[in-house]
Amino acid sequence: MAAVDREALLDPLFNNNPIALQVLGICSALAVTTKMSTSLVMSLAVIFVLLGSNVAVSLIRNHVPSSIRIIVELTIIASLVIVTDQILQAYVFDISKELTVFVGLIITNCIIMGRAEAFAMQNSARSSVMDALGNGFGYAIVLLAVAFMRELFGSGKLFGYTILNPVTEGGWYQPNGLMTLAPAAFFLIGGFIWVVRSWKPEQVEEEFHVGALLELGNEGGLR
Amino acid sequence: MLEHYLSLVTKAVFVENMALAFFLGMCSFLACSKKVETALGLGGAVIFVLAVTTPLNQFLNETFLQEGSLAVFGLPGVELGFLRYLVLIGTIAATVQIVEMAIDRYSPSLYIALGVFLPLIAVNCAILGASLFMAQRDYSLGEATVFGLGSGLGWALAIAALAAIREKLRYSNVPPPLRGLGATFIIVGLMSVGFMAFSGIQL
Repeated sequence: MAAVDREALLDPLFNNNPIALQVLGICSALAVTTKMSTSLVMSLAVIFVLLGSNVAVSLIRNHVPSSIRIIVELTIIASLVIVTDQILQAYVFDISKELTVFVGLIITNCIIMGRAEAFAMQNSARSSVMDALGNGFGYAIVLLAVAFMRELFGSGKLFGYTILNPVTEGGWYQPNGLMTLAPAAFFLIGGFIWVVRSWKPEQVEEEFHVGALLELGNEGGLR
Repeated sequence: MLEHYLSLVTKAVFVENMALAFFLGMCSFLACSKKVETALGLGGAVIFVLAVTTPLNQFLNETFLQEGSLAVFGLPGVELGFLRYLVLIGTIAATVQIVEMAIDRYSPSLYIALGVFLPLIAVNCAILGASLFMAQRDYSLGEATVFGLGSGLGWALAIAALAAIREKLRYSNVPPPLRGLGATFIIVGLMSVGFMAFSGIQL
């Protein structure tokens, strides 16, 4: 495996994680993580769409005028999401119902659009496959880690099997209701970023409180 | 009738806030909330695009995509529901493009204020999310307009509030690994707790 490919595959896992560092694909990471099963299905769906779109975009990258490339990319992604949605409805209907609109929202998941724009547009199909797998797994790691905490501490279960026997069913564990609510996801991802950046200090953002005084006023626009 | 619409707006702005209750539009919500000015510009653009695309998508959805809707055109057996995502996102991308060109032509000052944000908005999940919720809940044309407007207002309110907090936060001594994104996530979590106080409100 060439060095570029290996880097494309391994880098997004922790060094350049799509959620923790690139700020991509956060919407769904927060919304579907109340349960392990929904997060797993969501991760697989995103990996599938990401793989398909990266390969397709990479293959046509030399034949598409750059002025219409966004529409072309969106069409490819939307078609892949339709296929995914139909497959989910056919084989895992219950989970597909629980994911509600979030399957459709894979279309606007910034990871997919972002990787198509930033990587697949410049690289060969082979490297794009590696990049898709790397970013897909990086996304899945965060999703599953958050879902693990939320399902275990929120309802005492994992994949629907009871691990910590809750009080309501005659056990000893008092479920932490906050974990199943929206804010817990933010706190957990914030904590995840804290852990990753303590482990890899080079990812720390230089938003220092004294330096901030100097930057004020000359830091407009988008990141 | 008016009360129904008013209740729908209140619900969309506070109770079912796009950003803080459904986590939609999070990418730009986190990335463009460093300064209040930028946040207000993006918020304005989102309100505008939501108020235009949601009713437009409602019309297309009801006329062409819903079950049996093609019977009017003499095609009772044809169902195009599976094309829904493609139609919704296509409409949004095209609308954003047209809006961008129109603003550029007729109001250069507004274009300078909103211009940079418009391309970003095509892939903002809050826009597609509003259209999908609208389709799922079978809103009428009026309801869809009001819902789109309310969702946009709620999103703009949330991003302006977050930007204001982040501007203040620049002067605090945050632990290095939490600086930037980490602290922002935790602030948004706290804001989300705050907005939960609105749940159950009805007019």
